[in-house]
Formats: sequence, structure tokens, C-alpha cells
Amino acid sequence: MAFIPHTAADVAAMLSAIGAPSIEALFEEIPAELRVKSLAGIPEELNEMQVGRLMSERARADGLALNFIGAGAYEHHIPAAVWAITTRGEFYSAYTPYQAEASQGTLQLIYEFQTMMARLTGMEVANASMYDGASATAEAALMAVRANRKSRSARILVPQTLHPHYRRVAVAAAHNQGVKFEEVPYGPETGVTPLAALSKYEGEDVTAIVIPQPNFFGRLEEVDTLTDWAHARNILVIAVVNPTALAILKPPGQWGARGADIAVGEGQPLGVPLSSGGPYFGFMTARMEHVRQMPGRIVGRTLDVAGHPGFTLTLQAREQHIRRAKATSNICTNQGLLVTAATIYLSLMGPQGLARTAAACHARARELVSVLTQVPGVRAAFGAPYFHEAVLQLDRPVAAVLRSLAARGILGGLDLSAYYPELGQALLVCATETKTTQDLERYRACLTDVMQAARAA
Amino acid sequence: MSNVPADLKYTQSHEWVRTLPDGTVEIGITDHAQEALGDLVFVEVPDAGRSVKAGEACAVVESVKAASDVYAPLSGEVTAGNPQLASQPEAVNKDAYGAGWLMRLRPAAGALAAAALLSAADYQKVLDAEGG
Repeated sequence: MAFIPHTAADVAAMLSAIGAPSIEALFEEIPAELRVKSLAGIPEELNEMQVGRLMSERARADGLALNFIGAGAYEHHIPAAVWAITTRGEFYSAYTPYQAEASQGTLQLIYEFQTMMARLTGMEVANASMYDGASATAEAALMAVRANRKSRSARILVPQTLHPHYRRVAVAAAHNQGVKFEEVPYGPETGVTPLAALSKYEGEDVTAIVIPQPNFFGRLEEVDTLTDWAHARNILVIAVVNPTALAILKPPGQWGARGADIAVGEGQPLGVPLSSGGPYFGFMTARMEHVRQMPGRIVGRTLDVAGHPGFTLTLQAREQHIRRAKATSNICTNQGLLVTAATIYLSLMGPQGLARTAAACHARARELVSVLTQVPGVRAAFGAPYFHEAVLQLDRPVAAVLRSLAARGILGGLDLSAYYPELGQALLVCATETKTTQDLERYRACLTDVMQAARAA
Repeated sequence: MSNVPADLKYTQSHEWVRTLPDGTVEIGITDHAQEALGDLVFVEVPDAGRSVKAGEACAVVESVKAASDVYAPLSGEVTAGNPQLASQPEAVNKDAYGAGWLMRLRPAAGALAAAALLSAADYQKVLDAEGG
């Protein structure tokens, strides 16, 4: 079935109207060496029936493993109503509307999303969302460089306890814009960023520090101490937070004496299913004094000419359709569909529901650590407190253990050896509210078998 | 017809410069510029102590539909940014040559002479040529 409505005669008529000999001739301006000549490596076309069959086979191959991997994307229960409502025709759009104010419903939804994120993070203003947690972190670094007018260095301190992918994305996105990221080591016994690691920056020009909470190891950083240290030295604070955890942890707006300056994070835990890495969405909130340096779209509430309340895109002079090359960023869209799901998720859960979910995650993770460290050869790398993840160290090779567990239908966690070789045979495990005591017991029993087999081998 | 006071100097990019008795200069945007921008909603001025070069973007004026950089008419060190504009950006619209000043500079040695500023009459010609 052809989905292009133009016939060969239509195409010929259009070409002749503009005096072009062929469609190919329209691309002459693009230098030949820049044009893709072949699509080698891309498989032959399949029809709809064949694609459907291929996808079901691949879905079966994924299986229905019992999942204990977190590391930035988390398995949570999503009430059925979330996607039933999100996929209604009134909401089902992936994109911000071009004629924004004609879509009052969409704008109201984004406004309510912003309100929820501002309240969850304890900050004064939120934008309409970012692509994901990693790119939101990179944008926060660029925003801090613009906002901190007392600093000229564009130096950003980044703890090694920040997600390794976030660190790489931040460098990729901001390095060529002159932003310098400097990694701060963690305490080898504690798994958190010690204040002492910052003493070498005393008296130096530093623009901002990133503080992850919980950090990549699941551990809770000493956010008040770090925030106050930074603010006493005119260093801005960028919080990178898990939105579920915020239901029970102190929000970034209350860190230390003055609160963080910018808060960002991955929004996936709020109603977005794990889906081979995405699409997810990022969120960003900030203190009002920095709003003009904030990237992305912002929806505001206003009154129309007749005095009726309505919603509008606001502070658009920051954006590239007005400010061109000097715009605060090239982000001029948001993750509309996923923000819709998150807004519905949060409104169904409510503050109490989200807090119960967070508390259940924490309780399950504690139970998981307690159960798994009973297995001979398994120990917890760091102490408490942690949220819903923890690092375990094994006395056998982690990669082989994970393969054996996967063969038994268990995704046992993330092998940390490539990211943190100094931790040895280390494994990042996660348990959310979706795991039952029986699930944890099954993991323990399988791990015991696998470790025994590995020892015998 | 725009208001172009005779006692000030001007730039092609619609800034005005007033020499103060202590040798520093006060800088703002012209009446024509504020009118072209429309109602200002935000003005960002430089902090005292910042060194600026002639032609460098050193302030931002933002209206509902546009944001423009303001360029330093001459090189020097900023002695003050107008603190009133953070809460009252509309001062630039109401009184572009008075309460709406943006910053004060201590000119670098010879910078004032090197800046080749326009007289009021020459600036008026610029406006006439633009159709203003």
C-alpha cells in the first residue's frame, strides 16, 4: 500500500512548474561526499505481518524475567488507568502543539505537571520537561554557567557517584561549549561524597556542583553539608534526584540553609514503563531567580481579554524562535506524551500514595540486601542509609554469576566492574514495590546455587 | 519623531552615553530603541567590577516578544549596574535617558576618544535613514 498521495504525473507537473529536471536535481546543493549512497547493513523490507511475527518472537526471547536491575530506570507498578487515560484521543500526542494557545487542554496539563514537579522538588518553578535525566543534567550544567555571574570558570564539580551515563552525556553535550567537568571521588568505605574531597577546591573559582540523591550506588549523600559548603563559596547546587524517593526524602528546595539552585532528574519512575531504554523524560525545576536562564518551554497561567483564566507559553524570549543563536538552549519542545502519563500517575497516586510506594521500595531493598548477604561470598559494599538500591560485592566473577542467574530467569543486577573497576566484583541491585518476599527468596536460593556452582568450578 | 537629547553621545546600535562630572560615563538605550522593543519585562545589567570591551554584549533588554543585547559603546570597567531595573524594567520605557540608565563605566585610558561616538545630529541622521 502506498501512503504517498502524489502520482508520477503530479510529480512531473510540480517539477516542471519549478523548472527542475528531476527530484534528484533538488539535492544538488548537498556535496556528493556528504550523501548516503547505499543503505548497506539495513535489512530487506518486511511486510506488516512479518514484522508483527518478528516482534512477538523477540518479545518472547526477552521472557518475563524477575528483574533486580535499577541503575537509573526502575520497574514500578503503573495503575492501568494511567495509560488508558493517556492514550485517549484528547491526550494522545507526542508533541507540544505549534499553535500552543489553541490547545488549552494540553497547556493546562503541562501547567499541572510543572506544579507537581515544583512541589515534589520543593523548588519555585518547573519547565515543561526535558528529554531524559541525563540530558537534563547536561542542560542544568549549562544553565548554572549562565546563572552564576560570580563565576567565570565554567567549572562544574561532578561526584563519581553520579550515574556514569549522566557524566558521559554531560561531557558530550557541554564540553564543546567550554564547560569543564571535574570528577570528585567517593569514600571507598561509604560510597558517598565526603566533604574532605572538596577541600582541594577551597579558594578556587568553581561554578556549580552536582549532588545526586540518592546516588548511583543507592546511597544517600550528605546533601545539607555539601549544599552549605557550596553556597558559602558562591557555588551553585544542581540536585539530581529520583522523583519517587522525593516523596520521603527532604526535597532539594530544603537542602542546607538555602536549598539547591536547580533540581533535575529522570521522570521514568512516574508511570513510564521500562522499554529498552526509552523514550523516558527528564524534569527540571529551579529557584525563581534563575528562571530566565532555564531551558525549555514554560507554561504560565494568565487571564484572557474577557478576564477568564487561561494558559499560555511564557518567558518565550529565552527561546530560539525569538532569541536565535543566543537562546538559553536548543530545547524548544518537551516529552508531551510521557509528561501526560506522569501527570496522570501523580494525580492518581497523590502525595500519600507516592510516599507509600517510596517506603515500600525502601523496605524491599533493605529486605533484599539482608537476604542476599546471607549467601556465602556476598557482602554489602557500603553501609546505610540507602533508598532502593545497594552495591554487593561477590567473591566470584559477577559477569558469570549474572549469566547463570539470567538462565534461571533472574536479572540479578548491574555489573559495576566496567564503571567502577576499583570496587572489584561488584553488583548494583534494586528492589521496588513490585517485588514480593517470595521473589526475594527465589533470588536468594538461585544466587546460593550459582555461587556454590561457581566455587566448585 | 524620537527624542534625541543634544547633550548626549550615541552609537549606531542605539545606545546613548553621558559623561558624568567624575569622569565616568552613564549608558542606556535610546528612546527610539525602547519604542522599537515595546514594553520591557526584564533587564539584565552587568555587575560592578566587570571589564568590558567596546562592542561587547554587556546587558540584555527583553520585551514580551523580543530580547536584545546591549553593546558597550566603549571599553572600561563597570562601576554600577542600575539596581532599580530588576524590579522596574519599565523605567527604560518611561525615562530612557534618566531613571532608565543601564550601567556606569569608568572608561579605559583613551577609550572615550577611540569610541567614535555620534553627536545627536548624526544619530538623528541614522534614525532618518532607518525611516524612524
